[in-house]
Amino acid sequence: MRNPLAVIGQVVLASLAEIGSLSRFSAAAISHIVRPPIYWRLVLNHMWLIGYNSLPVVGLTALFTGAALAQQIYVGGSRFNAESVVPGVVVIAIVRELGPVLGGLMVAGRVSSAMAAELGTMRVTEQIDALVTLSTDPFKYLIAPRLLAAVITLPILVLVANIIGVLGGYMIGTGRLGLNEGTYLQVTVDFLERADVISSLVKASVFGFIIALMGSYHGYYSRGGAQGVGKATTNAVVSAFIAILLANLIITVIVFGGRGA
Amino acid sequence: MSKELKIQLKNVHKGFGPKKVLQGINLDVPKGESVVIIGGSGTGKSVMLKCILGILEPDQGSIFVDGEDVTKFSRAARKRTLSKFGMLFQGAALFDSLPVWENVAFGLIQGKGMKRKDAKEIAIEKLRRVGLGPDVGELSPAELSGGMQKRVGLARAIATEPEIIFFDEPTTGLDPIMADVINDLIVECVKDLGATTLSITHDMASARKIADGIAMLYKGQIIWEGSKDEIDHSGNDYVDQFIHGRAQGPIEMELLKL
Repeated sequence: MRNPLAVIGQVVLASLAEIGSLSRFSAAAISHIVRPPIYWRLVLNHMWLIGYNSLPVVGLTALFTGAALAQQIYVGGSRFNAESVVPGVVVIAIVRELGPVLGGLMVAGRVSSAMAAELGTMRVTEQIDALVTLSTDPFKYLIAPRLLAAVITLPILVLVANIIGVLGGYMIGTGRLGLNEGTYLQVTVDFLERADVISSLVKASVFGFIIALMGSYHGYYSRGGAQGVGKATTNAVVSAFIAILLANLIITVIVFGGRGA
Repeated sequence: MSKELKIQLKNVHKGFGPKKVLQGINLDVPKGESVVIIGGSGTGKSVMLKCILGILEPDQGSIFVDGEDVTKFSRAARKRTLSKFGMLFQGAALFDSLPVWENVAFGLIQGKGMKRKDAKEIAIEKLRRVGLGPDVGELSPAELSGGMQKRVGLARAIATEPEIIFFDEPTTGLDPIMADVINDLIVECVKDLGATTLSITHDMASARKIADGIAMLYKGQIIWEGSKDEIDHSGNDYVDQFIHGRAQGPIEMELLKL
């Protein structure tokens, strides 16, 4: 039987090696984003693939979540005769948390997996090696455009998701729960602060980076044929989910940790 | 008078963890000649090519291209050197996301900064050179047969008119007739360009057709090298077994010991 301490040590060492490798990969990718040339044609193509194609799933998620949230807050608020807080709580919850986090998770499920599968297939079929022989840096051509596109596109997607989420709450609030339409919109606008919107967009941008980074990293270093590509795809989605939730906590604590409201 | 060397490997070692793949390779590739490396699967042939290209870093030893040690090059210098190379990959390694013509023109557009319209004209001409019409240029690589993919890969390898071309198992997976067509194309294209070539293959018919010189790689070392006319009288049991494709011989004995 193996020594438990040795097993723990191996796991710790493997984790540290993975973190080191991911850090080096991130640094290399960022250096290619800030140094010209940038392949704008590829950036726009990836923005289309990430943004436009994710819009239905992100929009529906936001719509249903906003609507369900309004119903829950109404029921909970009615215990304290506080049904009027529905618009304010819905907009805060959607913009600060649910819009960026659920949007990020949905896009991670779609995009990280697709990036890992595409780059993984390129790796195992030697297409990445072929790029090198054609005097093209794979980081510049494959990784940097994906990262840049995700960082730009996610805030736009989340902005749309926030609006749709609030609309979902509005539809249930005014259509089913009997709240006044004008008052609903007025309270929504009054409750929303600039910091809420900015933090939402900053979160979205960071999540975009994480989604593209995890998809690219796991795909780029995949090994072992079809099985390796499958493993890379799974790892990309799982690690993107965990990293998004962790980053959300960190940003929330930094932005709102010192505030009373 | 000694021949001018285009590529020279001196005592090159490369391992992956405990597995030592290259164990002190020494190889000279004279300018304008076609050298073929033969050897079984897993002997380090592809690793050797990737070390020369800089895709893998050797653990030890020197690799000279035109007299300069490329293992000591900066990223920019390496990119300059890579512009001398073209390569035909075993599985063609065509980019799925691009049409055939853009695959062929890729090195011209990305590597040399040529305008897309001009690059496309050259790509169509290179496709014609390997026996494919302009209509093929608009297809996706997934729509091509294995033989057509190899021809597109060859067109891409020669599109930038490189000084050095690597061929990695150029006839693997092809029927004997298509394999011979590819061999003929390789010989013609290389002759047209006056390029230096280094090929790796299991296919002795291909080796005999495209080689000036042949070397055999076994257990990470070059165990024999000579001209293609000498290979049938090499006096080396390993080479004899390999070129005649015999199950019995020193290579099998080594396998049985494992």
